[in-house]
This record gives sequence, structure tokens and C-alpha cells, in this order.
Amino acid sequence: MTEPQHEDRPHLPGPSLYPIGFAAGVACILVGLIVNPTLIAPIGAAIAIVFGFLWARDATMDYRREPEPIEPERREAPLTAPPIPADRGEAAMPAPEPGERFPRSRFLEASTLGLGAVIGGLVTVPVVGFMVVPAFKGQGYPDVDLGPLDNFPEGKWLITTFYMHPEAGNVSRRTAYIRNNGQLNGEPSFTIISNRCAHLGCPVQPNGPVQPGDKKQVTPGEKGQKVTLVPTIPAGGFGCPCHGGQYDPEGNRTAGPPVRALDRYQYAVVNGHLVLGKPFSVAHVDGEGKNAKIHAYKLAGPGQHIDGWEQILYPIQPPH
Amino acid sequence: MAVAPTRSRKSPRRQKLEAAVNYPLDWLEERSGLIGAVRYFLFRKVPGDTNWFHTLGSATLTAFLVQALTGAILAMYYQPHPATAYQSINHITNDVTLGWLVRGMHKWGASVFIILMFFHMARVFLFGAYKYPRELNWIVGVMLLAVGMLEGFTGYLLPWDQTAYWATVVGINLNGTAPILGPFLADFLRGGAEIGNDTLSRFYSLHMLLIPGLIFALIGLHLYLVVRLGVSSPPWSREAAGGGDYPAAPPSTNGRSGLTQPTARSGWRRNGGES
Repeated sequence: MTEPQHEDRPHLPGPSLYPIGFAAGVACILVGLIVNPTLIAPIGAAIAIVFGFLWARDATMDYRREPEPIEPERREAPLTAPPIPADRGEAAMPAPEPGERFPRSRFLEASTLGLGAVIGGLVTVPVVGFMVVPAFKGQGYPDVDLGPLDNFPEGKWLITTFYMHPEAGNVSRRTAYIRNNGQLNGEPSFTIISNRCAHLGCPVQPNGPVQPGDKKQVTPGEKGQKVTLVPTIPAGGFGCPCHGGQYDPEGNRTAGPPVRALDRYQYAVVNGHLVLGKPFSVAHVDGEGKNAKIHAYKLAGPGQHIDGWEQILYPIQPPH
Repeated sequence: MAVAPTRSRKSPRRQKLEAAVNYPLDWLEERSGLIGAVRYFLFRKVPGDTNWFHTLGSATLTAFLVQALTGAILAMYYQPHPATAYQSINHITNDVTLGWLVRGMHKWGASVFIILMFFHMARVFLFGAYKYPRELNWIVGVMLLAVGMLEGFTGYLLPWDQTAYWATVVGINLNGTAPILGPFLADFLRGGAEIGNDTLSRFYSLHMLLIPGLIFALIGLHLYLVVRLGVSSPPWSREAAGGGDYPAAPPSTNGRSGLTQPTARSGWRRNGGES
């Protein structure tokens, strides 16, 4: 190695006023753009250009100079000792002590894998939870106000269409078939059958005339959700357009693939309004109207058995 | 891949041209080995008596690539929200230039993909090509069939019309009737107890991100196994080659590896020993 020739020269460029001039020029442009774009801004631009050029020239002085010759570095091969073969000499890693069950390399291997697993888990678990858990959390059926009792004349069926979650829009529109059964022990009695087919969930239709001319629309409740009531005479019960499941007017399966009767809704009468509660599943119904004996079960999905031996196939239901 | 200086009758101009073409290829090969890998894939040995039935696999792959491409472009115009999904599909079909064509390709191509998968599967089954050592590839193929059908199921909801909606209601409830975990599976697919706004975006994400990624990975594994194990011969090969009953005459190799040999069944080397 030769000694550097300019040992006393500072390696960094000396302090320079050009950047300050450049900054002043830029500031002048900015002020000029507001105050007087035609005069002051161009002056500022000129100052910035001049000082910028000087600054650039000053800063690149070292690079534009003739390169100093640098002597190539040389490394003489040592003449004395021959290279040590790989299989002899000191090992890169000490051999494990005799009787050592857990050498360092195995520890590092395991800790690398373990740490990777921990990091992977930390990332994966919340993401998978985010995907799965919301589908099972806070699921439920809110009460729905269907309007005054006067709209439900005794003994008449009404195709009642309402919004389960008005804020969610049309996708939450549901339909129930409602009949006022008159008074039972001094309380009004209703038959409220869900239109969700107990086979695979298509909407069942009334087997009988529908009277859309007598349609009635009410907007009870605070959210202003619409409830539509259309009279019908389902003399032949209900039928499903998808796979032909048939039900009698009480919702009992009479033919086709469904595994049980149609679901029903709980109801309450609040301040003279009919209020829809939670839906529940029905195995079958004995009798009819207000004297019907409903074999009710917890709500199950369409196609799922709730009684008989097949019920062991569906031991647990998600929380609804 | 270096160009060996051989005595050839090529003109100097042609040699120059070849060098110009080869240089970037050599550059790439030296740094990545990709050229060699592609050559290995494209020019590997296959049995001499493969026939048109052996092209069903690549046809299925092509159908999938068409789906991936058209789907990615449809996603530029489609809006996965219940309020706008149907309108955006109408917009694609009626307003966007060539939208009817690309949507049609995606819609009909989906059926083509599924049908070709079944044809390919039938070919493999009838040729006995699923037997040792290719059982694992059959299993991967069945997984591809399953996720391919799932792709069809999730894609069917996206037009958000009456057919789409009720078909999905039925499909999800069908899954819900699976024993024990069925009700939970149905809730997972719906993203809740009832079909709602989340169901559509959930199906959209499954349809265009999660499942296609899975399909790409499985296709990679499928092709790796095809290349590693070689293509099987048609079942009539032995007879056509004049072979007799099972312990056949020692196979002639013709420069092929044992696994691609039609009559090599009895002659596989088990421990690198004699055949």
C-alpha cells in the first residue's frame, strides 16, 4: 500500500454558500407565485438556476477531476504452509461431547422451526378467525312489527312480506303465511308459517288463488320497514316450485322430498300490533287452527331431521 | 446451451443470426437454468403410441387458463355488492365493448372446464393410468375436480339474479344436510344464519382469490407428478408391440426411461439393480 498523497486535504467538500443562495431562489419563487407571478417568480427562478448550477459545479468538482492512479492490490500466496485438506484440521463446529443428547445444531434447528411455527401461527390464527367467527357471532332473529291486528281478519290467510333487517335491503326480505285463528282463552291466536321449504329452502307457494288486488301495505315500527299483506286461499296447502315438496295448510308434509313440516314463527301481541318473534322448526302438527298441537323443536336448517332416529345426524346447531 | 463451434454448412450470416438469438437465451440459462427446465418439460420422452386422448389434460389446463384470464378481466367491471351486482353484469353484457363475448367465454368456458375434467378423468380411468406409481396424481386430480366444482358453485351466485340466488340457497342448504358439521358448514358458507350482503362478497372472494390460488398450486403439483412419473401408454400397447402374457419379454428401452415404457411393468428397477 502506498500512502495517500493528499493526507492533509479534508475528505468532505468545504462549506459552501451556494445551497443557501439556491434555497433563497426557491423561496423567492414560492413567494413570487403568490405575490407577483410575472416578475418576482422569474427573478427567483433565475437566482435558483444560477446558484443551482454553481452548487452542482462545486459539488461535482472531485468527480470531474482526472482520476488518480490507484495501484492494484496484490496478495502474495504464502509459500510456506500447504493448504489444509477439508477432512483434516480443526472442524468448523466442535464435535458433540460424548453422551451429549442435544447438540447445539439440533437446538438451532428446532428453534428455527419452532419460531417459524410461532410466527406463522400468530399471522394465521387471527386471519382464519376473521374468516370463520363472524359467521357464528351475533346471529339472530330480531322481532318484526307486522302492524295492527285489524289487518288480520279472522280465518283469512295473508301472504305477509316483511324485512328482517331493514338496513340490509332486499336481501333480508322474508315471507310468512299468517292466519288469524280468533280468540283462544281470551288471547288472539295466530298460525304463522314460514315460506322456507323444509327440503332445501326454496320459497313455498300457496296452492290456491292469490288476490293481489286486495294488497295492503303498512309501515309499522320505527325503522319505517314495509310490510305487505296479500290475501290468499291456500285450500290445497303449500307447494314448493324447486323440487315439488307439498304441504297441507297446517304445514305438514304431504308429498315430496321434505323431511319435516314447515317452520313457524313465534309471535306476540304488543300494543295491538302483531309482532313476529324467533322462527322454530316443526316436526308435525296434530289438529288445526287454534287447537293445533305443534311438535316444536329448535330451529334447524332445511333438510335436517329434527325427530326420529335421523336426528342423531344433527346433534348440535350453530348459535342463532 | 453454449453454441459449439462445429464444422457446418451454415452461412456466416446465419451463424451470426443464431448467435444473436442464442446470446440472450444463454444469458438467461446461465443465470437461472430456466431454458433447460423448459426444454426438459417440452422435449421429455413420452411413449411412442400416445394418442389424441392424451391431450385431454392439456385441454383442461387451457380451459382453466381461459377462465383465469377472462375472470380477471371481468373483475375490472363487476361490482360484488347486492345493490349493484346485477346491474354491473347487465352493463358488462350490454354496454361494455366485447363484454358479451368475454362474459360468454367465462360462462360457457366454465362448463367446458368441468366437462373436460370429466373426459380427462374418464381417459385416465379407462386407460388404467391411475395405477402404480401414479395413484397420488389421481388423488391430486380428484382434489382438482372438487375445487373446480366449488369454483362453479361460488361463481354461480355472482350474477345475483333469481336463478343464482335460489340455486345458491339450495346448494348451501344441501351442504347443511351433511351429518354433524353440516349446519356449521352452511353458516360458514353464508357468512351467517341467513344469506345476506356478506354472502355475495364472500363467494366473490372465494371464487376469484382463494380457490383459483388453490387450483394453480394443485395444477403445479399435478404437472410435476406427470413430468416426474412420465406419461403412461394406452392399454393396448403391449399387444400392439407383440407382447405376450404378463411376465413379458424384457422391454426394449429405445432410450426411454423405465416408467415411460409400455411393457416395462415387470422390469422396473427396484434398487438400481438389474431389470
